[in-house]
Amino acid sequence: MALLSKKDTNLILDPLADNNPITIQVLGICSALAITAELKASLVMAVSVIFVMGVGNVVISLMRNIIPSKIRIIAQLIVVATLVIVVDQVLKAYQYELSKTLSVFVGLIITNCIIMGRFEAFALGNGVWRSFLDGIGNALGYGVILIIIGFFRELLGSGTLFGIQVLGDPIAKTGLYAIGYENNGFMIIPPAALIVVGIIIWVQRSRNPALVEEN
Amino acid sequence: MLEHLELFFKSIFIDNMVFAVFLGMCSYLAVSKKVATAVGLGAAVIFVLAVTVPLNWLLDQYLLRDGALAWLGPEYADYNLGFLSFILFIATIATMVQLVEIVVEKFSPSLYNSLGIFLPLIAVNCAILGGSLFMQARDIPSLGLALNYGISSGIGWFLAILAIAAIREKIRYSNVPPPLRGLGITFIITGLMGIGFQSFGGMLTGDNEPPEDTTPTTVEETEGKERIEEGIEDDEKAVSYNDVINE
Repeated sequence: MALLSKKDTNLILDPLADNNPITIQVLGICSALAITAELKASLVMAVSVIFVMGVGNVVISLMRNIIPSKIRIIAQLIVVATLVIVVDQVLKAYQYELSKTLSVFVGLIITNCIIMGRFEAFALGNGVWRSFLDGIGNALGYGVILIIIGFFRELLGSGTLFGIQVLGDPIAKTGLYAIGYENNGFMIIPPAALIVVGIIIWVQRSRNPALVEEN
Repeated sequence: MLEHLELFFKSIFIDNMVFAVFLGMCSYLAVSKKVATAVGLGAAVIFVLAVTVPLNWLLDQYLLRDGALAWLGPEYADYNLGFLSFILFIATIATMVQLVEIVVEKFSPSLYNSLGIFLPLIAVNCAILGGSLFMQARDIPSLGLALNYGISSGIGWFLAILAIAAIREKIRYSNVPPPLRGLGITFIITGLMGIGFQSFGGMLTGDNEPPEDTTPTTVEETEGKERIEEGIEDDEKAVSYNDVINE
């Protein structure tokens, strides 16, 4: 890649696997899990966070030398809140139904720990371009997990993907349902998201024993 | 009185911050290794929620919602500043946390020492902003109810972090598969506790219908809830004790 040096590529690729914000850094779980019952909502949430993180990291990085360190938390919160208001208004204008489903969780992007965490840990000490890549990388890592959870929960819970019936019609008994398959209603309820994340962590750490915690 | 009781138990058990809507998960996972620290953070969350939810209720009622500016005069009645709620709520929360920190440090140094390190963390705890946003989304009708909502959802969060911290202290002696240790098993236990809390859904008013029962039945129901709640936590703990014994 001519555009990105190797170091810059790592900024994007690391958070996707070995330094994933959700499964390794344990950040940003708060506003994410409740909306992963449907793949579409997960995707929109992921895109929103990518936008907020990318732009937010750039803004904070530009202002890093003029923000007094004592009030930096408030300054960061104001930047995020402004970006989230933009996202919220866009969603309300173009995807009204979806913005109803997401309800307060769009607002909760403000307190998404990944965003504050990356502002503190990276954007305050690095240049604009690298901060942008770091923001995009971490938001992608977050989005990937969100989409994996959303995929399994919607597929196993409702037998649909993006609202399209991929396993056949449960009422007319076509497709898989013809041989006695049933939807697992358990996947729809909120606690299932936690268990799915637990399993993702299990799989990831079995594949890479270096990540295993002491206890 | 009845609606206060209903909201109180609903916010603690049915709409529990952690188990039903996953708010405050970051600090819930990060600070739940020891019961003592979990109690400190839980207390701080109750405190800050009790202050910020009523404050944001006032802001919402007299500044933000559609037609809220009518008290300034009829020509202001058309304004809807709802889109500013995120920024105002988070500013209120950040300021209040700072203020609470200063006041507590001044008047109760012992409380400050036990809460001290947690207070700044709380400004970015999603449970706090979530409390205010849910208060707005659910149209809580009065200041008293908003205060009640703040306190009771704080108590719900407190219970959750206390329970998981107790379980995590015990689970240290269990033989968890290595890749699941730490984070993984905590997620799965939280999921199981969440399923337990799901059983409270619909107990208070049948469905989401307004209560029509008379006071005595509600009192009985709420007492029953408390018993069941204790039972469930005991069961959860019993599981981890059993693991220890099996070891």
